[in-house]
Amino acid sequence: MVEYAWLVPLFPLVAYLLLFVLGRRAQEGVVTAIAVLASLAAFVVSLMILSEVQANGPGAPYMFHWLTVGSYTLSMGYEVTALNAMMLAVVTFVSTLVFLFSKSYMKGDERFVVFYQYLSLFVFSMLGLVISPNLLQVYIFWELVGLCSFLLVGFWYYKPEAAAAAKKAFIVTRIGDVGLFIGIMLLFVATGTFDYAGVFQAVESKNFAIDWISPEAFITLVAILIFIGAIGKSAQFPLHTWLPDAMEGPTPVSALIHAATMVAAGVYLVARAFPIFAASETALTVIAVIGGITAIFAALIGLTQNDIKRVVAYSTVSQLGYMVMALGVSAYVASVFHLMTHAFFKALLFLAAGSVIHALHHNQDIRSMGGLWKKMPVTGWTFLIGALALSGIPPFAGFWSKDEILLGAYASGNTLLFVIGLIAAFCTAFYIFRVFFMTFTGEFRGDKDTWDHAHESGPVMTIPLVLLAIMALVSGLFNSPVTDYALADFLQAGGLHYGAHPEHVSWMPYVATLVALAGIGLAYLMYKTKSINPERLANGALRPLYNLSYNKFYVDEIYHYAIVLPVVWIGRILNFIDKWIVDGIVRLVGQGTYVGALGLKYAQNGQVQTYGLITVLGAVVLLGAAMYAIGGVR
Amino acid sequence: MLSVEQFLTLAAILFCIGLYGALTKRNIIIVLVSIELMLNAANINLLTFARFGLVPAINGQVFTLFAMTIAAAELAVGLAILIALYRNRNTSDVRDQDLMKW
Repeated sequence: MVEYAWLVPLFPLVAYLLLFVLGRRAQEGVVTAIAVLASLAAFVVSLMILSEVQANGPGAPYMFHWLTVGSYTLSMGYEVTALNAMMLAVVTFVSTLVFLFSKSYMKGDERFVVFYQYLSLFVFSMLGLVISPNLLQVYIFWELVGLCSFLLVGFWYYKPEAAAAAKKAFIVTRIGDVGLFIGIMLLFVATGTFDYAGVFQAVESKNFAIDWISPEAFITLVAILIFIGAIGKSAQFPLHTWLPDAMEGPTPVSALIHAATMVAAGVYLVARAFPIFAASETALTVIAVIGGITAIFAALIGLTQNDIKRVVAYSTVSQLGYMVMALGVSAYVASVFHLMTHAFFKALLFLAAGSVIHALHHNQDIRSMGGLWKKMPVTGWTFLIGALALSGIPPFAGFWSKDEILLGAYASGNTLLFVIGLIAAFCTAFYIFRVFFMTFTGEFRGDKDTWDHAHESGPVMTIPLVLLAIMALVSGLFNSPVTDYALADFLQAGGLHYGAHPEHVSWMPYVATLVALAGIGLAYLMYKTKSINPERLANGALRPLYNLSYNKFYVDEIYHYAIVLPVVWIGRILNFIDKWIVDGIVRLVGQGTYVGALGLKYAQNGQVQTYGLITVLGAVVLLGAAMYAIGGVR
Repeated sequence: MLSVEQFLTLAAILFCIGLYGALTKRNIIIVLVSIELMLNAANINLLTFARFGLVPAINGQVFTLFAMTIAAAELAVGLAILIALYRNRNTSDVRDQDLMKW
């Protein structure tokens, strides 16, 4: 089955083409059926591949010759490693459910078919990225993923916020992409190959065809450049601003971006290219620090946001920070494990949030929600499961993976990172349960009309929720004592031996659980029983801190004044120069010719003899010049 | 035996007369005649060099014969145009033929 891995991305691509041919007047049911079936087929093939890889171990990449430039040969192909096989299954599983969910969420939208086209293309790009055996191919799919996220975030492009968010997502990730591109090109110059295998070999032997930099420094440089690409895609600290804004897109898109396709790409790339990073201590430190900063930073912002999707979005940024931090402390398995469990419970949280938003006629402000548990029990239960998984309460998925990451951070000896991880875990538990209590418990705070119309979503929406809830419940067991750490063994069968089993510390699970419970407890006291008044806290002594968090640490404002405005002004100055000086010169030449012609045309009077005279004089002048040039008549 | 210089001087004088006539005379017939003078001056040059040049050859004489033939044909066309012009505009003054302008 492994040799048929190319089928997996092919199914969504075929769906995309079919939907493209069908056109806008296609029936919604037919459209959904095509997309869901294609995705389901991809999922089935992925499962078969996964089981085969588990039985026989990963195979060699399948490559075919693409083109030859000079002495370089570029190959394209596909490969299946343990990591790929897992990613294929997760991505296709989540996207199948998201496709199904969208049927109801996007019902009646004018561009229903277009939406499914984009979704299929998005999934195709991500799957193509996952099975790419070389960096050039990765880069191609990487950009395709970026393009699709642009199209989908800006799907409701007639809303100015959505159009701006789409542009922001595209431009901000592009900053990272430039780093990635430079990194790939440097690697190609130094090693003469794009293939992972060739690159890893060169990194191991430190054999580079480059002399302006030492091999060690070169590895660090390349690793950091590739990581910059991941910073953009996976919304890490300096470039995280696009992800929360991307909430302007339809909710299923958010679920797809956050769980399976877009942001997972960055972490996946770092994990896939991990041997490069592992060869540079400095690069690993940078990654760990960036990941730690992101985890705590986003968690702090998440505490005070009022938009249900934004809170979940900041939790994604924070969780991605965890994964990156885990990679930085060489806890490779923990990071990939968290990537997988996170995909399930984050898709669940987004779809549940989407269900709530759908029921409330696209209202996303949690301040005007409340008491929805009575109206939407399935959504409530599944959201609760997702929230528990995100907070890291045993036995839910997030507990096992977050525990591994904390262990990895602790084992690395970097206490600061470990403490940051704990604080972020506390914040995570607090903000997600703040959302839960404000949405599902207490009294409804919106208007009565909305309340009367709110009702549980249909089975098309609840079935994906239930399935994801089951995964959020059990997926953590794949790498737990229950299954004897099956995932770790599975991933390491491929020959990657990083962060095998971090030294198990007996008090770790208790501490992690206690911290999470403390966060939930605080949220309970503040938003359920109201024994602590959150308003008083926000307006009292904590006012400056509250403002800082509520305004997202003013990062957007800082970027606006420090980067956007100067660039705009440089642009204006250059525009002025171009418009008045460069164009002025061009116009001057044109006008000069025109005015000259106006005068000169009177010289053309139709008198043949005058023309003749001028010709003769010209000939004489030329003859004289020629004579002068050859030095006269000898 | 005449020398090269004498032939060339003759040709130059003929050419200048022809040029002067072509540029100043008002009657188109005179202009055409002047052009013939210039052509013949060129022919004399060709012949001179065919006879006294660095590499004497028959080519110059052959070329002259061609030039004379073409001059005759050209004159025939010129006169035909002249007659057509005269019929249309009732004048044979060069200065009245000023349609070739902006």
